[in-house]
Amino acid sequence: MITAERKPMEELIECLRPYHRILLVGCNECVTVCAAGGRKEVGILSSALQMAFMKEGKTLEVKEITLERQCDPEYVEELVTHIDRAEAVMSMACGCGVQEIARRFKSKPVFPAVNTTFMGASERQGVWAERCQGCGECVLGLTGGICPIARCSKQLLNGPCGGSTNGKCEVDPDIECAWQLIWDRLKALGIEDRYEDNIAAKDWRTGRGGGPRKIIREDLVK
Amino acid sequence: MENFEPVIVAFCCHYCAYTAADMAGSKRLCYPPNVKIIKVPCSGKVDAIHIMKALEMGADGVYVAGCLEGDCHFKNGNIGAAKRVAYIKKLLDEIGIGGDRVEMILMSAGMGERFAQTAADITEKIRQLGPNPVKSVDKAKTAA
Repeated sequence: MITAERKPMEELIECLRPYHRILLVGCNECVTVCAAGGRKEVGILSSALQMAFMKEGKTLEVKEITLERQCDPEYVEELVTHIDRAEAVMSMACGCGVQEIARRFKSKPVFPAVNTTFMGASERQGVWAERCQGCGECVLGLTGGICPIARCSKQLLNGPCGGSTNGKCEVDPDIECAWQLIWDRLKALGIEDRYEDNIAAKDWRTGRGGGPRKIIREDLVK
Repeated sequence: MENFEPVIVAFCCHYCAYTAADMAGSKRLCYPPNVKIIKVPCSGKVDAIHIMKALEMGADGVYVAGCLEGDCHFKNGNIGAAKRVAYIKKLLDEIGIGGDRVEMILMSAGMGERFAQTAADITEKIRQLGPNPVKSVDKAKTAA
């Protein structure tokens, strides 16, 4: 999932200060799972914003809506009936959702309520960890299903480096050395000889190195 | 301020604090009428939004009363509630309402005295803190 964290309240209050009526839009997808911008978080933020304004002797009318998927135009369209009344929109979705609203409703200022952070997985309840950097050329098949791009601090394709100690990374003792994990996994699978194969230098143009990316599926395009 | 009588919402677990309130009543113990009790099946049932809404609607203080650690009828509802209260405290500090207006209290069903004492202590604490700053606007809005 795409993970996110709510921005500090001070920042949110500051950007809404000029407005009296806003749309607060959540998303039922990733940000719901990582408890950053689902229906529940929309309710709590709405309440907090209204109280913050009331404390200053002002009122803020907040219309709460949580869309099925904020990165899809067909769901963003559902805002049509509410957008006119709002002076501004605050989105609790990831950056994709925020931009989709901005693209669809050009006359309304849109503010992000969360900082979109990374693509990750749940380690346990309340803990999410980075797992993928969307490099566009997956090497997981070579590395025992553990990504050295997302999980090695140095993104080494042939690790570990000299900073790996007792399975931990020199950057932070709380970070597990991805290459130690890879070695352990290859060993468990009985394919440790694969470790001897050098992975060739990566063509980063498939990642962000090639600028903003796009996927076009000719069989689906209308 | 001198005549300020706080309104306090107490979310009380059916298995402990609510029964403790009953016990306080049976023992004819007095506690301030400022405390309005909402019975919940477990303190773990109290969500962050319930606490926020209580304050938004004008409560001056809120507390969640659950079972003693290790005694939750549903295993760990009280632990979850305590974490949610801690989260709300931080959020209230962030928006300047003050996290001190919200508390998590633990007690057993037999602690009638503790229930009465807690109600008195929290009422006094909220009295010292003064009215919920959102209250005045809320009243004006209602009147309008």
